[in-house]
Amino acid sequence: MAEATPTLLTTADGRPLKAALAEAQVRAKRRAFLLVLPLLAFVLLTFLVPIGYMLKRSFEHDGFANSAPALRAWFAENPGFDPADPPEAAYAALVDDLARMQVERTTGIAGTRVNYSVSGTISLFKAGARAAADLQPPFKEALLAADAKWGSPALWRGMESASHVYTPEFYLVAADRKLTDEGWARGEDKERIYLYLFFKTFLISGIITVLCLLLAFPVAHLLATLPMAKSALLMILVLLPFWTSLLVRTTSWIVLLQEQGVVNNMLVAMGLVDDKGRLSMMYNMTGTIVAMTHVLLPFMILPLYSVMKVIPPSYARAARSLGATSWTTFRRVYLPQTLPGIAAGSLLVFILAVGYYITPALVGGADGQLISNLIAFHMSKSNWSLAAAIAAMLLAAILALYWIYDRLVGIDRLKFG
Amino acid sequence: MKKTLILTTSLVSFGFAANADITVMSWGGAYGEAQTEAFVKPFVAATGKATIMVDSDNPATPIKAMVESGNVTIDVASLEYADAIRLCDEGVLEPIDMSLLPAGADGTPAAEDFLPGAVTECGVSTDIWSNVFAYDSSKLPEGPTSVADFFDLEKFPGKRGLRKGAKAVLELALMGDGVPAAEVYDLLRTPEGVDRAFAKLDTIKDQVVWWEAGSQAPQLLADGEVVMTTAYNGRIFAAAQNEGKPFEIVWDGQIYENEMFVVPKGAPNMADAMEFIAFATSTEGLRASAQQISYGPARKSSMLEEIIFKDGKTVMAPHLPTAPENLTNALETSADFWVDFDSELNERFQAWLAQ
Repeated sequence: MAEATPTLLTTADGRPLKAALAEAQVRAKRRAFLLVLPLLAFVLLTFLVPIGYMLKRSFEHDGFANSAPALRAWFAENPGFDPADPPEAAYAALVDDLARMQVERTTGIAGTRVNYSVSGTISLFKAGARAAADLQPPFKEALLAADAKWGSPALWRGMESASHVYTPEFYLVAADRKLTDEGWARGEDKERIYLYLFFKTFLISGIITVLCLLLAFPVAHLLATLPMAKSALLMILVLLPFWTSLLVRTTSWIVLLQEQGVVNNMLVAMGLVDDKGRLSMMYNMTGTIVAMTHVLLPFMILPLYSVMKVIPPSYARAARSLGATSWTTFRRVYLPQTLPGIAAGSLLVFILAVGYYITPALVGGADGQLISNLIAFHMSKSNWSLAAAIAAMLLAAILALYWIYDRLVGIDRLKFG
Repeated sequence: MKKTLILTTSLVSFGFAANADITVMSWGGAYGEAQTEAFVKPFVAATGKATIMVDSDNPATPIKAMVESGNVTIDVASLEYADAIRLCDEGVLEPIDMSLLPAGADGTPAAEDFLPGAVTECGVSTDIWSNVFAYDSSKLPEGPTSVADFFDLEKFPGKRGLRKGAKAVLELALMGDGVPAAEVYDLLRTPEGVDRAFAKLDTIKDQVVWWEAGSQAPQLLADGEVVMTTAYNGRIFAAAQNEGKPFEIVWDGQIYENEMFVVPKGAPNMADAMEFIAFATSTEGLRASAQQISYGPARKSSMLEEIIFKDGKTVMAPHLPTAPENLTNALETSADFWVDFDSELNERFQAWLAQ
């Protein structure tokens, strides 16, 4: 039994109390850290690493750079060359690389990379690589005699751009710019698609968010105010679709809304529309909006409900007893208190809608496609870097929105449930 | 240590559980069933090696992703001709050793037995299939007869089904505009030709229902959503034969090509995969496939005897894309063209769709 001195408190075994306490706290912290370690590793592995990889991928493509070392070196030494008339040395490097590609079987990879910005390159490279070993100097004449396309300024610009492993090229493409003989320029109107789809995606997401809010508000209010037994039943009805497979829900909408579908058949049977004038509600924008609103509705109802549940009914009663009309009561007393729920639900629905893929793919037809469908399209066409660039732009746009939201509403006011 | 453990366990659980089965990836629906009956079941019976079939809307997409991410779970995949060439050039596929392919049943060496172009560096043809258009004869008794009729909304009002993508759609549009099959690809290589194809598509754009999976096309026709639709000819044949649907195929303007079996680089059961391909593309294998679905065999020796459908009475010859009477105005897909222009024209197509 050690005795405590008046100046320094010690533990039973004589150590200073302060040090022992600090040690115990470190131990507790370490244990707490071990507890969150699995989550941390999970988030790191499944979230941050893939996003980082995606961002890297959107700048990076080494398909051409690695297969054409001679040309890459030449481009590095001659940064200001004239793409309209490259000198013999450039052609010599090109022939050297083509011969190497033929041996190492990398023609396809290199051609594909340049083909992203200059179409027709793959077969040009294949033919060139097959012939490269037999070509005699001067290489410029020899190549141009084989195919005049070797002299295209756009091709030389494309190869120069592709010789850098890291390039902003994919972002240029995602901003509807195209490589021409004179360099990167605004694409023709008939080829412009990405910026238009970005705009359309945000517009449709906005419409869906507003529709969800209009539909969800009364439902959430009922849920919050009905007696327990009835509200539980209603809650099950809200959650039931939530537990149903997304595909099933989307396909049911197809069954309901297609031209020979249930809704149209009913309208025809009732004589509201005639058989020739059946409404087009599926495989277009209408189909996308209807199906997505339905799928995302619970994400609006639940945050609203959680906020409305705790609003004391006495406030509204007090307002009424002080002479406010029911509209004034709603507008000045009830609505402001539901704002955190509205904000949370809207943010949730909007962000989910912006990235939505399956539903528009199934019911969107031609004009109901969103930007995510184009990302999927480029994934499937194996232009992963372009897909990554579009995805990164989408991510940036959402982060910007989040930031604006934080400035306007304040993220600490968010209430998800 | 703990971190490595977490890392490795999660990595293992990400990948499919590795198993010894030979996995074949094809297009599902009637086609997948036909390949299961013609290739997979007989192969299992003959060799005792467990083999399974999995589906995809287009196997080229997942195998490319698998090879790039180094996690290949597929041993054999069924690809369109241009994809088989493109992915081969990109180093995604294993080269095929021609000497492993058996000679024809009549003794013809494999190299001579296969039709020209049916064996490429990385692929062996399993059948010749075609993009055709079809209609429901119970709804259109006076049916369309030419590819121009597909674009004729006055003569045949109603919705059209088209595959969502540039390939085979742009060719169809040009042929529908009166371009002879032999000139289609030369024209499509010029900007004017592409504009002309899109201009033709513009005339029916608001009447088109776009499909993506092969099984959707006969479904759209059966539902009455469209009055005519492009489709893979075998799907229409299957719906007509197996389900008794009154579907008629218009062969005018058909666009045909070889379908290829390939082995992705790094396939888990490489040797077995090659054995499977050799078995499936033998004279008997290709015959068995043509008995299941109306796609033509790519070996001459498979066509020496008359091929009868699995119902035991339908003669297959007139239903095959390769039948002489079906080839009067037909176009073979140009793999060279699509290897080069696939990305550009599909981008243009997407932009056109969204407008």
